[in-house]
Formats: sequence, C-alpha cells, structure tokens
Amino acid sequence: MQLLFFLFAFVTVIGALGMVLSRNIVHSALFLVLSFIGLALIYFALQAPFLGAVQLMVYSGAVAILIIMAIMMMGRADMSISAPVQSLSKRFVGAGMAALIFVLLGLATTLTPLPISSAAGSATEAQDLAVLLLSNFALPFELAAVILLAAMIGALMLARGGNAS
Amino acid sequence: MEKSLLSGIARWIHGEISTLTGSPLLSDLVLIVIGIAALLGIISLAAIVFTYAERKVCAFMQMRLGPNRVGGRFGLLQPVADMLKLMSKEDIMPAGADKVLWALSPALLFVPAALVYAFFPFDAGAVLVDVNVGVFLLLAISSQAVLPFLMGGYASNNKYSMIGGFRIVSQMISYEAPLLFSLLGILMITGSMRLEDIVLAQQGGHWFLFLQPLAFIIFLISAIAETNRTPFDLVEGESEIIAGPFTEYSGMRWALFFLAEYANLLTAAILATTFFLGGYLGPSFLPGFVWFTLKSVAMVFLIMWFRWTFPRTRVDQMLSFSWKALLPLAILNVFLTGAIMYALDLV
Repeated sequence: MQLLFFLFAFVTVIGALGMVLSRNIVHSALFLVLSFIGLALIYFALQAPFLGAVQLMVYSGAVAILIIMAIMMMGRADMSISAPVQSLSKRFVGAGMAALIFVLLGLATTLTPLPISSAAGSATEAQDLAVLLLSNFALPFELAAVILLAAMIGALMLARGGNAS
Repeated sequence: MEKSLLSGIARWIHGEISTLTGSPLLSDLVLIVIGIAALLGIISLAAIVFTYAERKVCAFMQMRLGPNRVGGRFGLLQPVADMLKLMSKEDIMPAGADKVLWALSPALLFVPAALVYAFFPFDAGAVLVDVNVGVFLLLAISSQAVLPFLMGGYASNNKYSMIGGFRIVSQMISYEAPLLFSLLGILMITGSMRLEDIVLAQQGGHWFLFLQPLAFIIFLISAIAETNRTPFDLVEGESEIIAGPFTEYSGMRWALFFLAEYANLLTAAILATTFFLGGYLGPSFLPGFVWFTLKSVAMVFLIMWFRWTFPRTRVDQMLSFSWKALLPLAILNVFLTGAIMYALDLV
C-alpha cells in the first residue's frame, strides 16, 4: 500500500513540476491533468473510489478540458508569447513568494497533528457523503451550486457581448 | 455467490495454482494477469469481427455484396487483408507537429477505452474489478477519452484536425450529461452503483428496458454520440473536415484510433446490455456469458443499423438536441421514477 502511495505521489509531483517548468503552455496544462490523475490514483489507493471517480470526472474530465480548450483557442502555445515580460527582478520576486508559500504550507502541515486512521475504507462511502451533503452541509452545497450558476451566466454574458438581444 | 461457468473456471485455476505453488497471493496475481489478457483478447477480437461485420451489415443495407474476394465467397479474411494493408503503410508525421503529443494521442486514447472493460460483469462473479461505485467510476474513466482526441487534433498542426478536436469536446461533454442522468432512474430503483447488483435487480425478466423505456432511448442516443458514430460522427465528418483529429495519422497509429472506436462501440453495447437488457441473466439452458454475448452483439447490430440508416446531423442541431431535448427528458425521467417509487411506497 505504501509503495503504491509513493508511486502515485511521484506521478502527481512529476505532473506538478512539469506544469511549472514546461516552456509550452499547452504542455503545462496537460501536465496539470497528469497531476489530477495522480491525485485520483492516491484516492483509489486510500480506498476512497468514489472520491477518486469524482476527481477524475470533475477535474481531469471537465475542468482540465475547459482550461486546455481556452489555451488552444488563444493559439499562444509558447511561453515567450503568452507571457512576454520575463524580467529578472520579476523572477526573483516570484521565486521568493513561491518559497514563502512553500515554507508556510510546509510549517502548517508539519505542525498540525494529523492522526493516522486505521479504519478501512467505508463500503457505503457514497451514501455517507450523500447524507452529509444534504443534511449538515446542505447550505454550503447549495451555495456552491448558486455560485457556479452565477459564474455560468456571467460567462454567457461575456461571450455574447452583454447587450446582445 | 451464484455459480457460473466463467467464475468456476477462475476458481479452478486459482485452486490449481495455489496447490502447485502454495501461495494464494501468487495465484491471485496470475488470475489478474489472465483476466487482463482475456479482456484485451475480447477487445482485439471485437475489432476484427466488427470491421468485417460493419462492411457486411453496410452492404446488406445498401443491397450490395460487401467483401467477397479475400478468403472465400464471404470474404472472411477481409480483416486480415485490412490489417496487412495498415501495417505496410508509411508512418508520416506532419511538419510542425507537436511530436510528443502527436505520438501519445492514439496510445492514450486506447487506455480509458480498454480500462472500462475491467468493470463489466460478463457472468455471475466474472468481474475483474468489483467496486461499490462501479457505474460512476466507469463513466468517470470513459470521460477521460476526450482529452487524447483534443491532443491529437491540436498536435497535428492542421486546422481540420483542430476543428475536429473542438467538435469532439463539445459533443462528448454535451452527451455525457444526459447519459449520466438517464442512468439515475436505474440507480434509484436498485439503490446500488455496483454493476452486478444492477444486473441482479433485473431477475425474472424485469428488464429495465421495460421499467425505464424513456431512459433506454436517451441512453442509446447519448451512447452513440459518445462513441462518435453516425448520426453523430461530426468529429470525422469526411465531407466537412476530412477526418477530424485522425486526418494526419496513418498506418498503425490510425489503427489504434480505429481499435479504440470499436472498443467503445462494444462498451456502449455492453453497457446497454448490463443496464437495460438484464446483463448475463437468461434461461438456464445457456451459460450466462453466452446470453451476455448474444445481447451485446444484438446491441452492436442495432447501433450499426443506425449508422447506415440515418444521415449525419449538423453541429448546432446535435448540440441543441442534447441540451434542449435529451437532458430535460432525462431529468423528467428521474422525477417520474422518484414520484412512482414514492407513490408505490418503495422509498
């Protein structure tokens, strides 16, 4: 099990690194998908197939495709065109901020006690999630739906040019 | 668990290897390898049989003879001739192509197409991967097929390929929604997402085809659209965009697209069989997997029949049909199922 975790974590990290380091923005987006899939595999290894399936369907199945399509539509694959200003000072500021965030996140995760559960994966994972989503977390669930709907209407307005009749 | 021929054979192999090596883990491993090999065998066999069948069915519907030169009067060796032709073709890479993506696309396309076969209950207990959320996981994996198409379309450095890639995204995402919603009624009735539970819920001839006729029609149309077959083969649309994402591929690379297409065709047929036609269930004078095969082949024939009788739709018609007709109907089906279940006190 541990071996599997390291294998999948390796895939995820490779995907994330490839996304940041790639010179071609389409390749970056595809590496992001690899990272999403690696994360789904980790869910499977943790005996949470439902979460893994959601990760596959929502992230690498839908979100990633929207990102990649938007990038391909713009037709600016090379980083030198899609991000023309790359001065040295900006690189240093970016690297500094990234290092800061990395240190903060690292501290937060190492300092928080995270007890390791010995419980096996629940056979009724989907049912448990459904009950929770529609009882204790009904309000956030519905709010997320409303936000997505608003974003969708906003995107449509932008695409159709606001005043279009 | 109910006994069946296939799971009986599996148990026998498992037992033999366990006694030979004395290690149940090793025999588990061997069994998994055999299972994977069997699934790949089914996919390749399906591709060979379907290339021949498609030509013959097409010829029959157009009052022609079809293949009749290679391998006797019925042209039985036509798939072999096709394969030899494909293998002898020159492998051409277009200038300015994104080499890595271009080469990866056909291979990656085959992965989700083959992976979903692990979840199908071919017979009682004959499932390679038995998970509680089988239906959802299966659909999530098959939704991964969109990206390789788009990759191929983009990497070919060809505007027709690109248009084909965009078409496939809009088409597959649009038809995924009604496909998912059409299955919700069945999931509500069975109360399980395990594929074998869904099959067992149809015991005694209570096929979901009769309980959920509207869902069956929606499912069939969406499944045909998901496999990019006529009347929804806009992705290839020869008369408009040459062959869409496949335009720049030749030889065995193109054959991989072809193999994935036939794997998806069989997947659509198997899903229809499992969800609506009672899967491997049938009168006991034939073993379960024979019933399963018969029903699946019948569904494949039905889908081929559609291909040769309906003309290709237009892009805008295809999209509005999904969002304005199929999806509302599928949601209506969910409401109707819920209302009837509530009225009959089944909840």
